[in-house]
Amino acid sequence: MKHRHRIKEVGFWALFFLVFGLIPVFAKSEYHLVLANHILIWGMFAMAFNMLFGVTGMLSFGQALYYGLGAYWVGLMVKTFGEAWFLPAIGFGVLSAVLLSMLIGLLVIRVSGVYFTVLTLAFGQLAWQITFKWYHFTGGDDGIQGIMAPGILGNHIVYYCFTLLLVAVSIWILRRLVNSPLGLTLRCIRQNPDRVRFLGRRVRRNQLRIYVISSSFAALAGGLMSGVNNSIHPDMFYWTTSGEVILMGVIGGIGQFFGPFIGAAVIIIIQDVVGARTEYWSLIIGLVMMTMVLLLPRGLVGEIQAFMARFKSGAGNRG
Amino acid sequence: MQPILELDAVTKSFGGLRVTSGVSFSIEKGSISAIIGPNGAGKTTLFNQITGYLNPDHGRIVFEGEDITRLSTREIVARGMGRAFQVTSFFPEETVLDNIRVACLSRLNMTRKTMKSVSEFTDATDKAFSILESLGLDKQADRQAFELAHGDQKLLDIGIALGLEPKMLLLDEPTSGMSPEERLLTRNLIQKLWKEFNLTLLFIEHDMDTVFGIAQTVRVLQMGRLLAEGSPEEIRRNPEVITAYLGEEVL
Repeated sequence: MKHRHRIKEVGFWALFFLVFGLIPVFAKSEYHLVLANHILIWGMFAMAFNMLFGVTGMLSFGQALYYGLGAYWVGLMVKTFGEAWFLPAIGFGVLSAVLLSMLIGLLVIRVSGVYFTVLTLAFGQLAWQITFKWYHFTGGDDGIQGIMAPGILGNHIVYYCFTLLLVAVSIWILRRLVNSPLGLTLRCIRQNPDRVRFLGRRVRRNQLRIYVISSSFAALAGGLMSGVNNSIHPDMFYWTTSGEVILMGVIGGIGQFFGPFIGAAVIIIIQDVVGARTEYWSLIIGLVMMTMVLLLPRGLVGEIQAFMARFKSGAGNRG
Repeated sequence: MQPILELDAVTKSFGGLRVTSGVSFSIEKGSISAIIGPNGAGKTTLFNQITGYLNPDHGRIVFEGEDITRLSTREIVARGMGRAFQVTSFFPEETVLDNIRVACLSRLNMTRKTMKSVSEFTDATDKAFSILESLGLDKQADRQAFELAHGDQKLLDIGIALGLEPKMLLLDEPTSGMSPEERLLTRNLIQKLWKEFNLTLLFIEHDMDTVFGIAQTVRVLQMGRLLAEGSPEEIRRNPEVITAYLGEEVL
């Protein structure tokens, strides 16, 4: 049992570094590098979101708030003070996400279920409205263009490696978290919050912890993304952004740690491949989504895992 | 006699219905005793008040000399009160081991740790395994809890409570839904755990063989009131109890 986990773990990392490490070597154009960067960053964002949803059972529809926050710290600081502030701005973005998510978290974790979802959505939309309307400060609908990372990071391949490293470290941290006592406690909260109180633990306090952790990784994703696209826009705060990470989670499988990452890759590749041929790519996403929910409710990774388990136990019975 | 738990005129109403009506008793440290009574007598509601899941309207609950009447569940649990549930309560998707390990980790105040795997916490893991062995669940440690048989899930529920190393343990119908054979095993197991873990044990039970087999003291609740309290022999012969609950056949 433990051994198999080890193999899966090593397998993921080997594949991860093999695929994403070789992309700069084989990428035919800069565009492919950008695509790979998107998969990395959205994948990490979706995994961090899944700490809330799949692990703790809190469906936040407002993680775009922190994603946008991270992006706008970088955009505004680079625009106002220059390129040198790119890296510190990523840090400030994460830090301010910690503070803001603590404040907002204290409000939103007071309610659970669909009320939590709606409240997070409301805060996200509020942030979008402010960014959208406050033209002088945020650039409003135009967003901010020409955000360049300083020095050698301005090189696309170097920036890609930088993202790869930060995303790998983030995933590793989240992985440790899931296997840790806090991770176990959070899963227990999803399954039976009343019993967790009878373990002498505060349910809300732990929900706040993971809300803050998840949100700070969302801010990191936003900050990193601003350097990939070299531009940011208020839609990063919009509810569709929050919706997209939920979609990624569901397609990849929210019950699986690596599921949301795979879901992110699938959605981004569909957008790219189908989007090149027709503008109705969202129709395809919709159909994929319906198929998944109706036929493969555990998500891609979840269903594969279930299939393997069935296969193994079948083989065991014969032997 | 050294009391560990004292109830003083505990009263609770739901709307116009008095579910607990001036219940007073005290429980000796290290004892094993039972609460019996017909359905709706207020037995589980009483457990809910002792564990802070509900607050009594009037009266006092004292645990180890400290007034816990208004404390939260979390605070009462932290003082050494454990509980297993009538409707089996555990973490279905976790392994049997992790169900108990999370309780051990909570007891050690380790649930905030984020960067080390649960298996690296050897104190909690060893403790969880020793509890699994006491319960006879050690061979199923790696199975997910929802896969267990009902009787084993009831034991797991008790195991989670034991992981917190309680001084006092409340069991709400530990043998409900079990076959007669399982009941006998569970009865013996409860007695064994009581001695092994130095517990003060209070249990609600409908199975009279279990009640009269292992309880030192039996308390009878009826319509929220304490109808009688005494040794199993006294309760068995109490005419009020016989009319209210036991009927003739136990004689």
